[in-house]
Amino acid sequence: MGWFESGWGISLIVFLPLVGAVVVLAVPKAQEELQKAVALVFALVTFGLSIVLAIQFDYGASEKIQFGTSREWISAIGSNYTVGVDGISLPLIVLSTFITVLAIVYSWDHWPEPHNPKMFLMLILVLATGMVGTFVALDLILFFVFFEVVLLPMYFMIGIWGDRTEIRIPVIGKVTEMRLYASIKFFLFTLFGSAFMLLGFIALYFRSGPAGDRTFDMVELAARSDLFTGSFAFWVFAALALGFAVKVPIFPFHTWLPDAHTAAPTVGSVLLAAVLLKLGTYAFIRISIPILPQEALNWAPAIGILAVIGIIYASLACLAQTDMKRLIAFSSVGHMGFVMLGIATMTSIGLNAAIIGMVAHGVITGLMFFIAGSMSHRYHTREMSRLGGNQKLMPIMGAMLGLSAMASLGLPGLAGFWGEFMALLAAFTPNAALNAGLFRTLMVIGAVGTVLTAGYLLWMMQKVNFGEPRESWDGVDLHDVDKFEMMAWVPLIVSIIAIGVYPRIVTGATNGAVVELIKNAFGG
Amino acid sequence: MNFDYHALLPEIILASTVMLVLVTDLLPVKKYWAAVVGIIGTSAALVPLLTLTFCDSLDFCEATGARSMFSGTYVVDSFSLVLKGLFLVVALVVLLMSIGYLEGGRFWQGEYYFLLLASVLGAVVMASSRDFISMFVGLELVTGPTFLMAGWRKGDDRSNEAALKYFIIGVISAAILLFGISLVYGVTGQLRFADVAAAIAVRGESPLLTIGVIFTILGFAFKVSAAPFHFWTPDTYEGAPTPVTAYLAVGSKAAGFVGLLTVAYVAFGSTRGLWAGLIWVLAATSMTLGNVVALKQTNIVRMLGYSSIAQGGFMLVPFGALAGADVTPDMLQKAFFATVTYVLIYAAMNLGAFATIIAISNRIKSGEIRALAGLGVYAPGLAGLLAIFFFSLAGIPPVAGWFAKLAMFNSAIGSGSGWGLALAIIAALNAVVAFAYYGKIVKSAWFDAVPDDVSDAMKADTKVAPSLMLALGITFVGTIAFGVFPSLVTGLSEFASSLSSGL
Repeated sequence: MGWFESGWGISLIVFLPLVGAVVVLAVPKAQEELQKAVALVFALVTFGLSIVLAIQFDYGASEKIQFGTSREWISAIGSNYTVGVDGISLPLIVLSTFITVLAIVYSWDHWPEPHNPKMFLMLILVLATGMVGTFVALDLILFFVFFEVVLLPMYFMIGIWGDRTEIRIPVIGKVTEMRLYASIKFFLFTLFGSAFMLLGFIALYFRSGPAGDRTFDMVELAARSDLFTGSFAFWVFAALALGFAVKVPIFPFHTWLPDAHTAAPTVGSVLLAAVLLKLGTYAFIRISIPILPQEALNWAPAIGILAVIGIIYASLACLAQTDMKRLIAFSSVGHMGFVMLGIATMTSIGLNAAIIGMVAHGVITGLMFFIAGSMSHRYHTREMSRLGGNQKLMPIMGAMLGLSAMASLGLPGLAGFWGEFMALLAAFTPNAALNAGLFRTLMVIGAVGTVLTAGYLLWMMQKVNFGEPRESWDGVDLHDVDKFEMMAWVPLIVSIIAIGVYPRIVTGATNGAVVELIKNAFGG
Repeated sequence: MNFDYHALLPEIILASTVMLVLVTDLLPVKKYWAAVVGIIGTSAALVPLLTLTFCDSLDFCEATGARSMFSGTYVVDSFSLVLKGLFLVVALVVLLMSIGYLEGGRFWQGEYYFLLLASVLGAVVMASSRDFISMFVGLELVTGPTFLMAGWRKGDDRSNEAALKYFIIGVISAAILLFGISLVYGVTGQLRFADVAAAIAVRGESPLLTIGVIFTILGFAFKVSAAPFHFWTPDTYEGAPTPVTAYLAVGSKAAGFVGLLTVAYVAFGSTRGLWAGLIWVLAATSMTLGNVVALKQTNIVRMLGYSSIAQGGFMLVPFGALAGADVTPDMLQKAFFATVTYVLIYAAMNLGAFATIIAISNRIKSGEIRALAGLGVYAPGLAGLLAIFFFSLAGIPPVAGWFAKLAMFNSAIGSGSGWGLALAIIAALNAVVAFAYYGKIVKSAWFDAVPDDVSDAMKADTKVAPSLMLALGITFVGTIAFGVFPSLVTGLSEFASSLSSGL
């Protein structure tokens, strides 16, 4: 399999979904079954290839870039098509291709209005290319391109298939449909961040050496991290962090998230939560820390504090929600807060926590959004006060919701536990250069946050699942989990339990890479 | 007087085509034959550009590098080859867009094609001009015919207003430009760019020269519709026939940039301190004003008018960013590279946007953004093209516009000056604002429901004239290819960055 290792394998995983999108485009509009089949085949083959990647991966050398290649791309500005996989990106690539398959399986029989499966499938596939591309790119410009490509399909998904409830836009006061407001807000927020991120990338390039020896290569830039010092490094870190923070999102840049997640169609919310949020946190680990380690330490307290504010704020916001989907959306802000807390500790445990937290959040919150979507599809409402007694009406779905809520609140034995636990553990002994007192305070506040998290999730369970069903549901056709839902959700449940019981599935890949990263960045 | 026929062949072919078009109009054939002759002639004029470019590897051709003629006032170098190629391709696409448009309404056709090609000839001449006289003549040849073309919809008041406004502003800007040139001539006693530069180097700067330089630059600022000299743009764009608007927004604007670049780079290269600050201000105001006002527009073409003002601002950024910088020839070259890259990509995507709008308004019989509603449902192909070109204008990868913006940021930050960085930040903020209105078009076409007044006939009418289809195809391929493989365009713009002074 020489060709697979020489970069073709990764490139195939990145671009096969795009080819799939083109093939779907070529299928006549009326042949929906064929469109679905084509999309599923391409997604499955891509997932299969990513599994091959995971099997072939040399876990003994997970800090090394594997399966990589570098081809000339835009020589005029010194940017190359440089891709590769290491232990940090591997779990996220598998996660992305995995969720893509499930999204298509779920879509099989659940089309949001206004229908048009052809375009919906194409968008899912384009999104897959953007997501995986971001995780494998090792050139800043290439990274930027994939990072932005992700925006387009999601913009269309929210805008076309999104929630049509009318709302009044804050501040402006204009009445518009939720989907229109959420889609443009999502786009403008991200674009704002990424415009500055791009300026930061270019600034790094010009500081990376004398003319003729400049580079956008992330690995090379990390090796030259000594060149980036002083106020230059400060501002570049700020510019990059702005771009990443909007995407994560870190408090106070999170306000697009509840709107976008709530407005998006079910599959859109799932993909947003499961994969798109990880692009920002991944970029912190991949770009900010290795290339600007000193500034990362300087900014770490601020990031840690914002992360913890995000945890507490999101928990309190969750307790104030009446809309089930919006509650889950806010819970994402909190979970990403734990991921950022892990990153802010600048330790190998913290980064391991961040990555396992990312993967766990992907499968858990992905499942929760699937269930919330299916429930609102059946009940035609997301108001938790009207949903009571779900457990009696739909026992299997209720049980699955219960399981995902337990996983989300960090029950040991399920996937969500490790990310939270290890992040708090890392905050107890942060990087030697950081103020341990501060981080221990953050740890205590974060621990309070876990209690609040348990609180709002149990509260949600109580409102939605328990109690007696309302009389208004009498005679309404409320069928329990159907076969497509089953096929999409069972793999998620299996992975939640698997990661919970045996976290080495993730840390086995990440640990070597993370330890090396911390060593290179901070010495020792 | 040396007369290099090979080097002048594009101009000779184009000038002959201009005449042939007029003759064709007299013949008893269908009127669109004038356009066909124009297309054939323009394509033929592209051939000598290729042979000149690849002269080194051809047997019959003697490689000479830059070919200088008429005592160094007219130069065929790699820069002029690339820009001439651009103008000819723009002319081809505009011709293709015009055929269906003119056939569909009551228009004079032969004269239109004659004027259009005459204007293109002016642009082609400008790309080679290396003295103020031929530059000015070329520029007037570009603008003169477009005054008439802007008023081509004779029965429409707005078209008349467009032509009149454009004419008055055009004449004023010509006067300002001439005034500036005369002052420069008065101070330096020279007209050839290279001589002007040499004279300035010897004599140093003087208040009179400063005024001359400023007026010359401002004269071009009118032509490229940089704010605050933009106010003719929206009215003219909205009133003129759409293919003419497309030509004004791309061909005529690019010609203005060619003039600005060669004058600033060759003639005033050593007085950068004078013009860089000025261009900095023009760039910042154009971007900001164009974008902010575009937000409020309800008419698509008018919005594209403001968008083109803003895009013009982005094109000026690389040169404005040199303000306060410690400029080396290498940096000047980088700025040049960035602007040429931007112009090339802008030509592809903006012409595409106009071609799509012509195709769409044939169908929906309206130029309002609101009227695009539901297009994604009943005409997904056109709506898809619309999205591609407008995302490109907004600078979202992977369609071409992103690379234009990247090259622009690259040169602004590469200047290493605080002013350059400030301009880059202003540009970054503007790139975000711009999405708000480009996104509005996409939103209207894709997110809004089909309105009730869209008739079934309108839904069923999938006909797009073959010539327009070809124009869409060319611009679509360009926009996608330049975005995914920017090397295609950087190859051209790097080649174009070596500008010969003619001596």
